[in-house]
Amino acid sequence: MPEILFFIFAAVAVGGAVGVVVSRSPVASLLFMVATLASTAGIFVLLEAHFLAAIQILVYAGAIMVLFLFVIMLLNLGHDYQRDIRGNVAMIIGFAVTGGIGGLLARQLGGGTAGLETNLGAGDAIDAALREYGAVGAIARPLFTDYVVAFELTGLLLLVAIVGAIALAKKAS
Amino acid sequence: MELDFSHQAHFIVALAPEIILSVWGMVILMIGVSPRHSHGPEGSAAHLGWLSLAGILAAALSNGWLYSVTEVGTHSMVALDGFALFSNWILLAGAGLGILISQDYVRRQRLQAAEFYALLIFSTVGLMIMAAARDLIIIFLGLEILSIAVYVLAAFNRRDPKSAEAGLKYFLLGAFSTGFFLYGIALVYGATGSMHISVIADSVASGNAHGALLVFGIALLAVGFSFKVSVVPFHMWTPDVYEGAPTPVTAFMSVAVKAGVFLAFLRVFSVAFVGAYERWWAILWWLAVITMVVANLIATVQVNVKRMLAYSGIAHAGYLMVAIVAANETAAAGLLFYLLIYTLMNIGAFGVVILVSGQSEERLEIQEYAGFGWKHPWLGVLFTVFLLSLAGFPGTGGFIGKVFLLQGAMEADLVYLSVILVLTTVASYWYYLRVAWYMWMRDAPDGATDEPIDVSLPMRLALITGVVLVLYFGVFPGATMEWARSSVSGLSAVGPGLTGLAP
Repeated sequence: MPEILFFIFAAVAVGGAVGVVVSRSPVASLLFMVATLASTAGIFVLLEAHFLAAIQILVYAGAIMVLFLFVIMLLNLGHDYQRDIRGNVAMIIGFAVTGGIGGLLARQLGGGTAGLETNLGAGDAIDAALREYGAVGAIARPLFTDYVVAFELTGLLLLVAIVGAIALAKKAS
Repeated sequence: MELDFSHQAHFIVALAPEIILSVWGMVILMIGVSPRHSHGPEGSAAHLGWLSLAGILAAALSNGWLYSVTEVGTHSMVALDGFALFSNWILLAGAGLGILISQDYVRRQRLQAAEFYALLIFSTVGLMIMAAARDLIIIFLGLEILSIAVYVLAAFNRRDPKSAEAGLKYFLLGAFSTGFFLYGIALVYGATGSMHISVIADSVASGNAHGALLVFGIALLAVGFSFKVSVVPFHMWTPDVYEGAPTPVTAFMSVAVKAGVFLAFLRVFSVAFVGAYERWWAILWWLAVITMVVANLIATVQVNVKRMLAYSGIAHAGYLMVAIVAANETAAAGLLFYLLIYTLMNIGAFGVVILVSGQSEERLEIQEYAGFGWKHPWLGVLFTVFLLSLAGFPGTGGFIGKVFLLQGAMEADLVYLSVILVLTTVASYWYYLRVAWYMWMRDAPDGATDEPIDVSLPMRLALITGVVLVLYFGVFPGATMEWARSSVSGLSAVGPGLTGLAP
C-alpha cells in the first residue's frame, strides 16, 4: 500500500513540476506548484516525517503560494503572455538533457537500491528519536545541538535577504 | 586551548571572526537608521566606512588569536585548520581593501552607506564560512549569504540602469546555478550517506559510495562552483555584471567572492572527492584549458577597461583551476598564495579605474587612458605595477604566484596544462600592456577634459598597501610561501598527488 501511494504522490509531484514549466499562464503554473508541494508533503508522511509534512502544507502550499498568487494578480501578469523568444528548440534540448540524465540515473539505479540501503541506515535512529522526543522534538533537538551553526547561519541569511530587499525597494533619494 | 566541539560553546570560539563581523554588520545597520545618521548627508557615510574597517580589523585580530586554539579531530561542521585561518586573511584583506576603495564612491553617488557596508560585511561572513566549512550544508548556506548580499550590491546604484541590469542578471543566473549546487549536494548525500566532508572522503576512498550518483553529484557541484568563479562556459554573466555593477562592488566581487568560492572548491574536491580523482580530473582539466584560452582571446579585443578586467578575472579563474586539477599540497599552497596576491593587485587595478572614471563613472574606454601616465605620474606608475603583476611579470607578486601554480601542476605531471598556462600568460601580456602603452606612449587627445584627480585618504591607503605588498611578494616570496605551505599541511586528506594520471 505505501508503495502504491508513493508512486501516486511521486507521479503527481513530477507531473506538477513539468506543468509549472510548460503552462502558459502564471496562475496555472502556480497551481501546478501547489500540487507538487502538496504531494511532496504526502511523501514526507510516508517517510513518517509528520512534522515536516505539516510545515510543508502550512508554510509552502499555504502561506507562500498565497503570497505568490497575490503578487501575480497585483502585477497583473496573467494576460500579456509572451512565448519564449528562443522557441521550441531550446525547450526540446532542455528536456532532452534532463531526460538523458534521468534515464541514465534510472538505468544505474535500476538494478535495485541495495547499495543505497547500507549507506542510509539512519532509519532506525530516526524511529528511536521519534519515539523518544515526538515528531517536533525529533527535529528541534538536532536543530539546536548538532546543526546549531547551520541554524544560526540561516538566520543571518534571512537578515541579509530582508536588508537587501529593503535597500533595493526604498525610494532612490 | 583545545576544541573538540562536544559543546556548542566551542563553536563560538571557532567562529569568533565570523561572529564579530556579523554583530558589527548589525551594529552598522542600527547606526544607519538612527535619526542622526539617516538625515546627516556627507559626513556620516565616511564615519560608517571607517567603522566598517574597524570591524574588519577586529575580526582580523580574533583570527590571529585563533592560532593559539587547536581543534581535535575533523568531525565538526566548521574547520579550524591552517587552511581556514589563511583563507580568512585573504578574505579579510579583500573586504578591507574593498571598503577603502568604496568610500569615495559611496559618498559621491550618495548610496545608502549603512546598508552598503553592512551587506559587504555580511557577504564577507558568508565567504569566511564557505572557506572554513566542513559540511556541504554549511558551504551552501555560506554561498547563499554571500550571493544574496552581492546580488543586492551589484544593483546598489539606483540611478544607473546598468547597475539594475547587472543585479538582475546576476540574480537570475545565480539562482539557477544554486539549483545545480543543491541538487549536487543531494546526490552526493544519496551516494555517500553524509554531507560531512570527512565522512564523504572516507566513503569515496573506500569505494562504498554509489558510483553513478556520486559522479552526477560531483558533476553538478562542479557546475555550481564553476558558475560562481566564472569558469568558461559558465562565465556568460561575468562581463555584463562586472561592467554594470558599481566599480568598487566589481572589485570586491572579482577578488573576495572568487577567492572564497575557490577555497571551498578546493576543500570539497581535493579532500572529499580525492578518492574519485580519476573520475573528475579530466572534466576540470578541460574546463581549465577552455577558460584560459577563451578568456585570454576575448580579452585582447576589449576596449572598455572594466570589461577587459572582467575577462582578465575569468582568465585568472582558469589559472586557479589548474591548482584544483593538480590536487596536491604544493598546488593548494600555490592557490592560497595566488589568491592573496590576486586580491591585492586586482583591487589596486580597480582602484585606479575608479579614479580615472571620475565623478559620473563614464570614462572607462581605453582611449581615456592616453597620456594618463604623464599627467598623473604616481597613479600611472601604480597602475602599471598592478597591470604588470596581473600579467605575471618577473619581479611582481603575480609572477611568483604563477610559478607556484606551475610547480604544483608539474608535481602532478600536468605537463600540457602547464604549457597552456605559460602560453596563455604570454598572450595576456598583449592586453595588459596595451593599457600601459596608452598611458605612457600616447598623447592625450586634444580637447580632453583635464579633470583634476583627487585621491582621498582611504583610496591612498588601499593603493599603497596594494603596491607595497605586491612588490614585496614579488621580491621576497619565501616566508609567505612557507607559511601557505604549512597552512595546507593541516588539510589532512589532501591527496598524494596521484601522479601519472595526466595525459
